[in-house]
Amino acid sequence: MALLEVKNLKVTFPTDDGLVQAVRGVSFSVDRGKTLGIVGESGSGKSVSTQTIMGLTRGAQVEGEAFFQGEDLLKMARRQLQAIRGRDVGMIFQDPLSSLHPYYRVGWQIVELIRAHDRAISKKAARQRAVELLRLVGIPRPDVRVNDYPHQFSGGMRQRAMIAMAMALNPALLIADEPTTALDVTVQAQVLRVIGRLQEEFGTAVIMITHDLGVIAETADDVVVMYAGAVMEAADRDSIFYDHHHPYTEGLMRSLPAYGDDRQRLTPIGGTPPSLITLPSGCKFHPRCPYVMDRCRAEEPELEPVEQRYWHTSACWLPHSGPGRQEASERVYGEAATR
Amino acid sequence: MSGDVIIRATDVVKHFPVQSSGLRRSRDVVHAVDGVSLEVKQGETLGIVGETGCGKSTLARCVARLYDLTAGRVEFEGHDISRLRTRRLGKVRREMQMIFQDPYGSLNPKRRVGSIIGDPFAIHGMASGQERKRRVQEMMELVGLNPEHYNRFPAEFSGGQRQRIGVARALALKPKVVICDEPVSALDVSIQAQVLNLLSDLQKQLNLTYIFISHDLSVVRHVSDRVMLMYLGKVVESGPSGQIYARPRHPYAGALLSAVPLPDPKMMRQRQRVILAGDIPSPIHPPAACRFHPRCPKAQARCAEEEPALVARLGDPADHTAACHFPLAEGENLAEARPTLAEELRVVEPEAVPDGAELGYDGLAERSNP
Ligand SMILES: Nc1ncnc2c1ncn2[C@@H]1O[C@H](COP(=O)(O)OP(=O)(O)OP(=O)(O)O)[C@@H](O)[C@H]1O
Ligand SMILES: Nc1ncnc2c1ncn2[C@@H]1O[C@H](COP(=O)(O)OP(=O)(O)O)[C@@H](O)[C@H]1O
Ligand code: SF4
Ligand code: SF4
Ligand SMILES: [Mg+2]
Ligand SMILES: [Mg+2]
Repeated sequence: MALLEVKNLKVTFPTDDGLVQAVRGVSFSVDRGKTLGIVGESGSGKSVSTQTIMGLTRGAQVEGEAFFQGEDLLKMARRQLQAIRGRDVGMIFQDPLSSLHPYYRVGWQIVELIRAHDRAISKKAARQRAVELLRLVGIPRPDVRVNDYPHQFSGGMRQRAMIAMAMALNPALLIADEPTTALDVTVQAQVLRVIGRLQEEFGTAVIMITHDLGVIAETADDVVVMYAGAVMEAADRDSIFYDHHHPYTEGLMRSLPAYGDDRQRLTPIGGTPPSLITLPSGCKFHPRCPYVMDRCRAEEPELEPVEQRYWHTSACWLPHSGPGRQEASERVYGEAATR
Repeated sequence: MSGDVIIRATDVVKHFPVQSSGLRRSRDVVHAVDGVSLEVKQGETLGIVGETGCGKSTLARCVARLYDLTAGRVEFEGHDISRLRTRRLGKVRREMQMIFQDPYGSLNPKRRVGSIIGDPFAIHGMASGQERKRRVQEMMELVGLNPEHYNRFPAEFSGGQRQRIGVARALALKPKVVICDEPVSALDVSIQAQVLNLLSDLQKQLNLTYIFISHDLSVVRHVSDRVMLMYLGKVVESGPSGQIYARPRHPYAGALLSAVPLPDPKMMRQRQRVILAGDIPSPIHPPAACRFHPRCPKAQARCAEEEPALVARLGDPADHTAACHFPLAEGENLAEARPTLAEELRVVEPEAVPDGAELGYDGLAERSNP
């Protein structure tokens, strides 16, 4: 059984301008010890999906199910969900200061977190554990730095301290929402390695949310590609990179300035993402899709298996088996289609 | 298309005083740029890469003379502009324009787009009334904005479109040089590709010279003819972009290139990554001699005593230079290197830069473009 199974999640926000349909029927699951990558442009609903299942979206209308270790998080009482947060599910965000309080010492904050979920543990033992955690995430001289305030840490150290906090109670699941987006390459590499090591050591499952396909390539076992609040394509990592079906996935890959090319023109996706208040008809990607057909404007496709592989699904009217998909690519992108 | 040297900077130094906190007086300075030389040829793109705080923006602002230099010299079309006073800078400002990272922060939300793009005309007292409107709409068309949206506000445009507004404003006075400071860093990949294509089309069409700043190594590789890699206020490696990416000489360049996550899982599985320990040291008290020595996997005693010169290596083209005593040899595996430098010289304690040191841009963005 999957550790977390989200089924048909819908999240809407009533606003002055109308209903924002942030998440429109999203399903995904994560197994123990595995990493699920969620990728998509900003505003595609990545953060809202995960924050909603952890009870962190206020004023939203929510539908669907989210089974965690067999229990539906969306039906849980507030108190119960609060207990799960931190203890069973750790969360890290793009901005470390959203979880680190600026006025309290880093070490004290970790100790408090540990003691809030485990009354039996002594202050001293909790403090030792805090030092150990900081060492684990690569803070130099953790026995001394445990007494620092967040502003005395560099950006990368704060990010690592937040990971230490998220991992303090050995959660079964870690939700990492753009954990390295604000970081430099070398610090990003350190942070991803820390997450990978903790995962190996404790068998933690990870949801890695990012718009960076490089980070997905490095960390994910399975990938969900989101656009305008829905899943466009879902598959194992290599299928997403080398055998994708959905035109949006293809468009993302083609937009990247790959290493080794010599100043050729890039192939952007035209246009811009739609307003989530007045969504286009049919397939939500159709105004930007180079393959658009009449049917796409009228009917919204559902996720269907590609080549009968149940673990690889795509929501698109292009043929799901046989040579039809590849032929379409050659028509649209010409020679360049065979990469 | 590329020809004469249009910008030449020699030994540029820029130090910022550290604001004293409370009672403690401080004579410390931030060594933002510490002796950097560069040349840009007409029609080419010079890429400047490096991690946050290494001095990319400061260097660019010195070159464009938005900052006074602490020391050094900047020439534009053969004329020394390093000591020009504000009034005489007008012509230089017209010919060298800047595009900024933040398509949200750098546009005043209360002003209409037409008037924002028309700013440079207003500031330099050129083209007014209908003539100005016509020229602004021409610019809008050039960058792929609908000229009928002349009267809209920035909020009515998407991130990519706002970046186009920035480009239109920068190009309004037909500059020769455009300094792009992280112009696509805030954009999603699909939109980023649109803006990069636009910049490259405009360069060909108008024979523009670009200085292109980014921390994204693959973007810089894509746009640049030549690349300069900076670390803590200094250039550590410089040369034709193909060269640097294929055969990095400086251990920092090697480590950085190995750490970039590539959107290609098969390549990632094969690759040996070098993960540098520690943080970037403080620019207030940068390490002596080679500034990279506390983190360098190849560091030896000499590295902490003697500063390496930025010179070409045997077998490399003369314009591919690296500042290192023990540069990477072809095929050398940096992941297996072990420093012999004494342990106590290899710890860096990150030191918080005092408040105020990292502020001070957003206001500049509106003002500095003219
Ligand atoms: N006005 C200023 N006053 C004091 N210090 C400054 C000022 N501007 C920049 N600095 C400092 O100078 C150093 C170089 O800054 P700069 O902005 O040039 O870096 P950068 O390479 O552009 O970084 P980023 O990638 O974050 O934009 C940094 O340590 C920065 O904190
Ligand atoms: N509290 C809210 N009220 C109204 N709209 C919201 C709220 N939170 C998020 N949204 C909207 O929901 C959409 C999805 O947001 P998000 O999940 O944060 O995107 P992503 O994480 O993929 O960048 C966006 O259009 C965002 O503006
Ligand atoms: S359904 Fe049609 S518009 Fe949508 S992605 Fe597929 S081909 Fe494109
Ligand atoms: S000079 Fe020494 S410390 Fe500096 S980069 Fe070269 S080997 Fe490393
Ligand atoms: Mg988000
Ligand atoms: Mg900068």
